Amino acid sequence: MTTQLMAIGYQQDWWTILASPFMRNALIGGTVVALASGLMGYFIVVRRNAFAAHALAHMGLPGATGAVLLGIPPVLGLAVFCAGGALVIGALGKRASDRDVVTGTTLAFATGLGLFFNSLATKSSSTMTNVLFGNLLAISHQQLIGFSVLFLVLMLCIGLIYRPLLYSSINAPVAEAKGVPVRALSVVFMLLLALAVTMAVQAVGTLLLFALLVTPAATGIMLTPRPSLAMAISAAISVCSVWLGLGASAMFNVPPSFLVVTVACGIWLVVWLLDHRGRRVADVLDHPTRPGSVAPAEPAGALLQPKSVDSGGSRTPA
Amino acid sequence: MSRPKSEHDSVALAFTDVSAVRGRRLIWSDGNFEVPAGGIVALIGANGAGKTTLLHMILGLVPPASGEVRVFGRKPGEDNDGIGYVPQDYAATAGDAIRARDVVMLGLTGRRWAFGRATAAQRQTVEETLAAVDATEFADRRLALLSGGQRQRIAIAEALVSKPRMLILDEPLASLDLRSQGEIVALLARLHRELGVTILVVAHDLNPLLSLLDSAIYLLDGHPHYATMTDVVDDALLSHLYGTPIRVVHTPQGEMYMRSAP
Repeated sequence: MTTQLMAIGYQQDWWTILASPFMRNALIGGTVVALASGLMGYFIVVRRNAFAAHALAHMGLPGATGAVLLGIPPVLGLAVFCAGGALVIGALGKRASDRDVVTGTTLAFATGLGLFFNSLATKSSSTMTNVLFGNLLAISHQQLIGFSVLFLVLMLCIGLIYRPLLYSSINAPVAEAKGVPVRALSVVFMLLLALAVTMAVQAVGTLLLFALLVTPAATGIMLTPRPSLAMAISAAISVCSVWLGLGASAMFNVPPSFLVVTVACGIWLVVWLLDHRGRRVADVLDHPTRPGSVAPAEPAGALLQPKSVDSGGSRTPA
Repeated sequence: MSRPKSEHDSVALAFTDVSAVRGRRLIWSDGNFEVPAGGIVALIGANGAGKTTLLHMILGLVPPASGEVRVFGRKPGEDNDGIGYVPQDYAATAGDAIRARDVVMLGLTGRRWAFGRATAAQRQTVEETLAAVDATEFADRRLALLSGGQRQRIAIAEALVSKPRMLILDEPLASLDLRSQGEIVALLARLHRELGVTILVVAHDLNPLLSLLDSAIYLLDGHPHYATMTDVVDDALLSHLYGTPIRVVHTPQGEMYMRSAP
């Protein structure tokens, strides 16, 4: 049994590993990043900004590798490039789904540029790998402080703009007509997203970021239609993924990013399967006939005098 | 509707020498008309005539290129709660992530900053509005899971919840089946009668609405005009307006409908 476990890299001293300072930093840092992801995820899903979030992370790559060339901290370059990308995407104003091609092209170019910068500097290949896949286990004390400050800023900002942001995310045309500054909120949200991406990239990396920033939120939304509850569930799933991922990585000496992503995706898959079976049942119960058919389950009898005007509906259209 | 009366209460919309420009293109000009409060008004015109621009102008989203627009005596956008807006393709996005009831609540609180719980009074208002559009029964379901007709009721509730003086609906009957169309038309008639709210409807197919409408703003040859429905429902005018022969048919039962003439 033990030899079999050894084969997949089981480490008997995993408890000591978990108790070590670098693991403590990883746990605290990962938790803060997970909470921030949970906070942002709901809005990312509802605003259909998932692709933009993914692209932002890639735009950070040339920032990080370029920063190494210039001899400044990679995180700074990452943050600046993410924020720049966010401003551009936010200022364009329309939904990310409408500009797949522009976003995708920028994403590809940014990744290429990151690779180019990396090839110029001989020592930055570890930066490249860290940005692409994240490195929870190398989180420093300084990074922890940075994460905490960023998280506080995120919480404060989201708390401050919560209702208008929710309204403009759910129903932009009506929110705009009501006087909600929809465009300004879109720019602010993209900037906040850049902050969250900067954090999350350090934990799980550009390539795996989706699983921490978007997947738990999508899971939360499947479980409840209440926005704040969905955010809480999404944060809880993110935190769980990070903890389980780190614990398992201590046991089996497997990259934590992989395990974090596996847990988050696993939870999503289970909920998705349950939800899609469950929803069909709920739909049959709620709609004896499907929406759009001739007799929807609506209380037609509750209307006052439906007949006096009803005839209008059955006239031949012009 | 318990708002203090003022001299502007009798005029819902007042356009003076208004023109609309999008990009560098003149969409329409010489908008001079007054729409009295309390009516059910259609906004009609061919595709690209500038109906949406006119709507956006009333909502304060597009400034007039020249001239002056007044909505109940005030600048557009000044009294955002005074207008309820039901856009086209309501809830085409994001409807899966929120309950219908919460969207109606956002119609009341969505403009306020900061995170905040709804007060008992706000909840009461939402309940009353949901009841007014017969939507209480399905208000706890996800918006995306509602039928087209149910969703349109929620859209109307969201627009009504701030107790507006005017309701603006953009193609409210598009993509609804005949039964749902009839129910929404009946609902609009009842809201108009019971709340005294002025209603402005953008619609391509006027037939289902003809029994309600008492006047129309129509965009003809690059100018907006306002006239009573009796003047608008005219073969020559409608044919000119849509650029295709249209005949108004009166049935022996006293009904009336428009159709394209062969």
